[in-house]
Amino acid sequence: MTIALERPLSVRLRRPSGGGVAAATGFLVLALVAAVTPSLFAGDPLAADPLHVLEAPSAAHWFGTDQLGRDVFGRVVHGARHSLLIGVVATAIAVGIGLLLGLLAGLAHKYADEALSRSFDALSAFPLLLLALLFVAVAGPGTVGLVIAIGLATMPNYARVVRTQTLVVRQAGYVTQAVAFGDSRLRLVLRHVLPNVLGPVPVLAIIGLGEAILAAAGLSFLGMGPQPPSPEWGAMLSEGRGYLNVAWWTTVLPGVVVTLTVISLTVVGRRLQRRFEGRSA
Amino acid sequence: MLRRLATGLVVLWAAATAAYLALLAAPGDTVDSIIGDGADTPLIRAQIVREWNLDRPAVIQYVDYLWRAAQGDLGRSYLLQRPVRDVIADQIGPTLTLAVTAAVLGILLALVLAVTTRRPWARRVSSTAELVLVSTPSFLIGIVLLSVFSFRLGWFPVSGDQGVAALVLPALTLALPVAGVLTQVLRDGIDRALDEPFVVTARARGLGERAVLVRHALRHALLPVITLIGWLFGILLGGAVIIETVFGRPGLGQVTLQAVTSEDLPVVLAVVVFSAFVYVVINTAADLAYLVIDPRLRRS
Repeated sequence: MTIALERPLSVRLRRPSGGGVAAATGFLVLALVAAVTPSLFAGDPLAADPLHVLEAPSAAHWFGTDQLGRDVFGRVVHGARHSLLIGVVATAIAVGIGLLLGLLAGLAHKYADEALSRSFDALSAFPLLLLALLFVAVAGPGTVGLVIAIGLATMPNYARVVRTQTLVVRQAGYVTQAVAFGDSRLRLVLRHVLPNVLGPVPVLAIIGLGEAILAAAGLSFLGMGPQPPSPEWGAMLSEGRGYLNVAWWTTVLPGVVVTLTVISLTVVGRRLQRRFEGRSA
Repeated sequence: MLRRLATGLVVLWAAATAAYLALLAAPGDTVDSIIGDGADTPLIRAQIVREWNLDRPAVIQYVDYLWRAAQGDLGRSYLLQRPVRDVIADQIGPTLTLAVTAAVLGILLALVLAVTTRRPWARRVSSTAELVLVSTPSFLIGIVLLSVFSFRLGWFPVSGDQGVAALVLPALTLALPVAGVLTQVLRDGIDRALDEPFVVTARARGLGERAVLVRHALRHALLPVITLIGWLFGILLGGAVIIETVFGRPGLGQVTLQAVTSEDLPVVLAVVVFSAFVYVVINTAADLAYLVIDPRLRRS
């Protein structure tokens, strides 16, 4: 069975080389370790050093220092926690609500299904960024608003896939049989439908996580996310922008880390997707 | 076609309703959230109550809001003290210029790349570049272009919208991720089309490889690209907010951002309703384009 993907981000590429997948996995593991124990790699991300302001990358400061003399590499490492957490929680919200609504749409009667599906369409008709800005406008800027905004805006992706899967699963023999055995509706859904619907969701979530991290970086670049001096990646880029003509490293290097993270997630996600498709085809 | 139009209307209605609900859901008194940081006098409060019919039942308020939105009246910005419609009309120009230039640039780039990188090694290089472009935050692309071509080389102005030179970098920034995605889709489509029997026929008729590619395969590959037009619009409009910030350009993105930070809700909601409108128009146009490109659809 092939999985219909809604976002063009997930357009299939050539098979990534084994080395590429290994490198991507390695980078993700590093990022994860950095997010869990940042002090393993770097010192205090907020320690200012007025004597070493806007210094170019060197052995002492791999990514240079910013306008307050803070170590940019240290801030990027500590920022991993903020940025990854925002992405993970937003994706979790999207998957959770998407799963629930997708199941509902797939199991509901014709009109309810139609109404839900149309509302997924309407929601995904808007540019993610614009939708997120609307949520922020209502809820106010800050990490919580940002996370909810991205979660709700990416939710239809998952809801659609879950709905399609549910439509397939509910026709399956084991579901008909369970109905014949007189299973309660709740038991039917929890025991038989849900486990079989879940299949493609984890892989989608990995690719979607990259998208969520990109969106979060974009929004916090616009000042809608965690506020300074918090070392969140997008916020760092925004802060460094004023010094672009004298110190490119304060913006470009954190940006490269964001890009590497998203690329790694995409590469790993696509590889898993191909394996998954191969198994169920 | 009728069904399409109906869906379009539903999307518009949903957008207007969502906008209205957002206004109600905003924390605090509705009058307060409409005023935002604007001037707050009893006279203005009374005027808001009257204009938004806040002294009437919720259902009537809602119907009235829809009715006025349908006529293009999207309320007043209390920050700028002018009708939102005028604010949008003023700022749509620069954004439209940017978006259209970027769209044309991105599509051209994708067409050229998809057709010219057919050899395995070229394909590998191009695929990697596409992955990087698609995964890079657009503001980073903008910042890198800015620091290389404006700060280092001084070829283009750093900010503003004076003349063509100031348009080059922003349009390129917006076009590159678009080109990344479209090239992938086009290449996929060409690959699939080249497996079709009609390609064998075309080759058997003695057509050169380039003619097969451009005249037959590419035409097929264009269909899925048209499906992406709604998405393209989203990238361009959403991207405009970020690009206009990076390059200090005026436009709809700047208006939206300013409205969000100053909690000028009527403007934010109007932008949402407006973009829904543009989206519906563009998608309807895409459906018509299908008919032009694919004769099979015309018959049915």
